[in-house]
Amino acid sequence: MRVTVERRLRQPRWLAVAVPAGSLVFAFGVAAIVLVATGHDPVSSYRQLFDAAFVSTGSLDQTLIAATPLAFTGLAAAAAFRMRIFNIGAEGQLYMGAITGAAAGLYLGGRGGPSAFVIAAMVVAGCAGGAAWASISGVFRAFFGTSEILTSLMLNYVAGYVLTYLIFQSESYWRQTKGFNATVFPTGKPLPSSAVWPGLTVHAQGGIVLPLGAGLAVLAAVVLWALYRRTRFGFEVQVLGDSAGAARYAGVRTRRKILAVMAISGAIAGLGGVSQDGDFRHALDGDPNGLQKQAYGYSGIVVAALGRYNPFAVVLIAFLIGGLDNAGNTLQGADFPSGLVGVIQGIILFSALGGELLVRHRVRVVRRASAVAAAPPAAAPEASP
Amino acid sequence: MNNSLVVALIASGVAYGTPLLFGALGELLAERSGVLNLGVEGMMLVGAVMGFWTVQRVHGGSALALVLAIVVAAVAGTAMAAIHAFLVITLRASQIVSGLALTIFAGAAGLSSYLGNDLNLSGLPASHAFHPVFPNSMQSWPIVGPIVFGQNPLVYASWVCVIAVAFYLARTRPGLNLRAVGEAPGAADAMGIDVVKYRYAHTLAGGAFAGIAGATVTLAITPQWVSGITGGAGWIAIALVIFAFWRPELCLVGAYFFGAMQALAPELQARNISLGPTELWTNSLPYAATVIVLVVVSSRGARRRLGAPAALGVPYVREEA
Repeated sequence: MRVTVERRLRQPRWLAVAVPAGSLVFAFGVAAIVLVATGHDPVSSYRQLFDAAFVSTGSLDQTLIAATPLAFTGLAAAAAFRMRIFNIGAEGQLYMGAITGAAAGLYLGGRGGPSAFVIAAMVVAGCAGGAAWASISGVFRAFFGTSEILTSLMLNYVAGYVLTYLIFQSESYWRQTKGFNATVFPTGKPLPSSAVWPGLTVHAQGGIVLPLGAGLAVLAAVVLWALYRRTRFGFEVQVLGDSAGAARYAGVRTRRKILAVMAISGAIAGLGGVSQDGDFRHALDGDPNGLQKQAYGYSGIVVAALGRYNPFAVVLIAFLIGGLDNAGNTLQGADFPSGLVGVIQGIILFSALGGELLVRHRVRVVRRASAVAAAPPAAAPEASP
Repeated sequence: MNNSLVVALIASGVAYGTPLLFGALGELLAERSGVLNLGVEGMMLVGAVMGFWTVQRVHGGSALALVLAIVVAAVAGTAMAAIHAFLVITLRASQIVSGLALTIFAGAAGLSSYLGNDLNLSGLPASHAFHPVFPNSMQSWPIVGPIVFGQNPLVYASWVCVIAVAFYLARTRPGLNLRAVGEAPGAADAMGIDVVKYRYAHTLAGGAFAGIAGATVTLAITPQWVSGITGGAGWIAIALVIFAFWRPELCLVGAYFFGAMQALAPELQARNISLGPTELWTNSLPYAATVIVLVVVSSRGARRRLGAPAALGVPYVREEA
């Protein structure tokens, strides 16, 4: 008796939902084993996690704060990965968007323009900053064939040092230099009130603020979906992702597409950065233990993969993973193991990846050469690390 | 003379380059079999935390504790690599996404940090650490003293590993089979070489090397545990394999070059030298240099000529090959 794997001719639609859902369940199961093995009670850990993410007072508010950047970085990763351009530099592109966006907010807000104009300018500046940073890797990939994985990752570290430099190691335009606090601990210059993004308050759970960034993320998802599904550009990008050779023979301009996809991906990540300034931090956060500790760019990859690069699914998954992150931050302390959230995210990603096999292939248990019995896909072995 | 910046940079370049060298040798073995593993950073961090845990818990001689720590780190790295191997070889998942997943799972915000907190390792100095083994009189010889004789045993072990890997790839039957698997798995299979077995074995070996690389950081360079202590060294190790054109002896040269870049920030600080925004450019230098060197070596079409395994990143399925 042996197990064989064969390619499916048609991929059933229900599997596209069942596999990510199964991955989530499986990941929590495996993480429970890790918890038991290290002497924690999984039931109480998970109950705390769920309460802190979605149930207790103010939790949804915090979950939205954690989910908004993940929606941006998830969309950034989805926009690129779908074409098999592996931009893992969303982290650095987000910092750059935060820097350029804050510059626009400080400059235009300080001159007293109308708030809508200042905010629009910040959005444009943030997108431009992220797109420019991503384009460094894009140009190298398009013209020299350099792996964008490694270059975009290396640039994350450089962007982090630039961010720290602007606030901690120089007297830059972004740094608060006046006042007592500025002499005690370096901080960013606070944004003028016209550059602070408004939120929509919902009266539930003690007040939930829907940040403007969350709305922009949903808008970005719609635009991305329309671009990839409804335009010639999107079609060519998909052909290029599936078969570079076929695209070249069909006359698709490969270099331009690579440059455009990297720029789009970077722009979305940069938007995530400027949303950090306008929505949440109201200044440029250069603290190595602040924005940089959140690793939104890397979590975005988990979000994108779990959403199978579908923009709407990415937004939904960002909300769930944001809840997980929020709970992890809230609960970090003596009785809640830190790092657990990363472990769960990793296992979710592993099982989603293993589950892809079930979407693309049929797993059969073959008894003998003649007697062939088909096993239902659900009974097939899940990806177990 | 031994205090001059150049000698100090080379000497610390060798020390800082050793984890990069171990990591790159492991990645080289995996890539030569056709498996790209982007999880080096994660495997290194798990090796680093488990190696550190071992020296804190073993009561006995320093030598015993350190040897045991290296073994534990290697086993931990292997266990992490096993996840990647199962996903990409058996389940044919995307090697790129799986490697990223491994780094997220094991990395700075994941398993290594979980273990470090759960085992109460943060902020403590290592009970045992690797120190230079040659007598002080030899270490003070001009130039070669600090560079060659002032190193810890892991540096010498890494030299042995470079020679062993180079010999294995060029002069042994399994090494030649490995290259066949990475270049043309279909042909290798037809010759009777077990492609799956070779890919598993070398991906796991890569994990063991990465684990040791991590332990080098926490037991020799900065003998302590801090979450995310490797600071991207795993990624530089992956880039090194490309600069080294998949050859072990060039990994050594590249590792020391990047080691010296990493050493520049502390060495300049120790000498109170500042040139413009010193912290910014010295900290960014290893990463920016990685980008520049990658661009230089990866001009269009050069990869294949320079020795990238032809089947790198491609899953092998007998029926579909």
